[in-house]
Amino acid sequence: MALLEVNDIHTYYGNIHALKGISFEVDAGEIIALIGANGAGKTTTLRTICGLMEPREGSVQYDGADISATRADLLVTLGISMVPEGRGVFAKLTVEENLDMGAYTRRDKGVKSDLDRMYGLFPRLEERKKQLAGTMSGGEQQMLAIARALMSSPRLLLLDEPSMGLAPVLVDGVFEIVERIKNEGVTILLVEQNAHMALQIADRGYVLQSGEMAFSDTAANLRQNEIVQKTYLGID
Amino acid sequence: MFKWRTEDFSWVDFTIDVLRVLIVLAVIIGSWNTLSSGRISFAQWVNLFIAGLSQGSIYALIALGYTLVYGILLMINFAHGEVFMAGAFSTVFLAEALNRTGFLNTQPMLSIILMILFAGLISMTVAILLERIAYRPLRGSPRLVPLITAIGASFFLQYTFRGLYGSGFKAYPQVKVLQGTVPIGAINIPTVQIFVFVSALFLMLGLHWLVERTRVGKAMRAVSENKEVARLMGIDIDWVIMFTFGVGGFLAGSAGVINGLFRPQGVNFFMGFIPGIKAFTAAVLGGIGNIPGAMLGGLFLGVIEAIGPNLVLAGLGIPGANQLKDVIAFTMLVLVLIFRPQGILGERLSEQKA
Repeated sequence: MALLEVNDIHTYYGNIHALKGISFEVDAGEIIALIGANGAGKTTTLRTICGLMEPREGSVQYDGADISATRADLLVTLGISMVPEGRGVFAKLTVEENLDMGAYTRRDKGVKSDLDRMYGLFPRLEERKKQLAGTMSGGEQQMLAIARALMSSPRLLLLDEPSMGLAPVLVDGVFEIVERIKNEGVTILLVEQNAHMALQIADRGYVLQSGEMAFSDTAANLRQNEIVQKTYLGID
Repeated sequence: MFKWRTEDFSWVDFTIDVLRVLIVLAVIIGSWNTLSSGRISFAQWVNLFIAGLSQGSIYALIALGYTLVYGILLMINFAHGEVFMAGAFSTVFLAEALNRTGFLNTQPMLSIILMILFAGLISMTVAILLERIAYRPLRGSPRLVPLITAIGASFFLQYTFRGLYGSGFKAYPQVKVLQGTVPIGAINIPTVQIFVFVSALFLMLGLHWLVERTRVGKAMRAVSENKEVARLMGIDIDWVIMFTFGVGGFLAGSAGVINGLFRPQGVNFFMGFIPGIKAFTAAVLGGIGNIPGAMLGGLFLGVIEAIGPNLVLAGLGIPGANQLKDVIAFTMLVLVLIFRPQGILGERLSEQKA
């Protein structure tokens, strides 16, 4: 059974029908890429899954339970963690305090060792742990946002445009990290405009077009798909 | 400064600059006259300054409630003066009872701590109920709506407490150990002023520790910075907002007891109005939303209020200068809003926060 199952969800911003019946599933241990143009509904899909928005129709099933109407802060305790678009680090908190906030729902002994694990994964963060997060570069903030999301020890990690606004050399670093996280057993749903990178690390991909699911396939097949190549990979 | 000298002349800038010059002149002339007349001795200045610090630390405690709530909801809780009143007014009865049994003077320390805790809990409860009943349903509505609700809630609380305890003044009993003065060098400082300042300092240090060091304090800062991301961390933001109101309420209630022991004129249902507005002024002075700003703004306002009338107004030959300290306080508010709207420590407000 799939870890996450999205069934025909319709989500609205006021009267604007943003998601017009989207369905897909994510199996445990996979990296799934959700690609599409600006305004296709990628971010809205993530916001609906993580509980910041509620679908008007359809359902989101996680680990066999319906979570369509569950509040975002409760979903964290169920193992869903999200790295929001634009990173959303707390600029006026230090790096370490940001990581503490990631582990807000946890009271177990593992928090300290997870913190050390994050510093091992991102040595840059350890160097700057007493620094205010807002004073770091975009790449460092992205690292912090990912590390912070991992501090809740999630089973499902939602990543919204992790490569946005980063220099190409940093983008490679981010995707490397995403693969490492997958190898540690975390399931990943990745939203990206950078379809080229996303389809290289993903197992399967879904293509969104104006709030609807255009098509889906394995990442390898999508890379060869003519429409995907033309529209999203910039290959003529 | 003096933008009107350049090509883009503006009457607004011109008027503001003229105002600036006039104020500086008034302060200089007034102070010069007072100081050269030697009417007030150095020891008296020091006494005024310390009295100002004590009064200011009470403003600071109340101002923290305004600033905490503003920091997290971008809303001015204009009923906060009444939160202060609720604790102060209710605790007068506990104080009387402690006085009757003699406990107040045999165990003054313990009694005062008990009174502060009691007042803090009453005010905290009022603040939390206020948030839960009056403000939470309005979250997300235009910002004028909760503001008007706050003013309505303020009247509601005043007349509820008038109904509960009557409309007369009630005075806190005198605590013997707080009478008298403590000589420091050549200057005698009233004991009660030291008590006010030190207990306010302890409460403020406690708040600082709470906000900077504890898990819930970090959550408060996270929520004030970005509610949506805070929710993605698993923070129950409704709970954190309620907690913030509670902390502000606790500080206001403690300030109520400290004020009651400091000011002999007694408490009644309307007592929260002026300190509430003064504390709001202090919060704006320091930079609303900024915690150290509220502390600094409160102390600053208290000192200005104590020294300003004697130094500037008396020197300008204005009669009864000491009765005009409220004028000084609210003139400060106007001046800060004109010349430095972000306050002493505040950052320039963005469109969203202004």
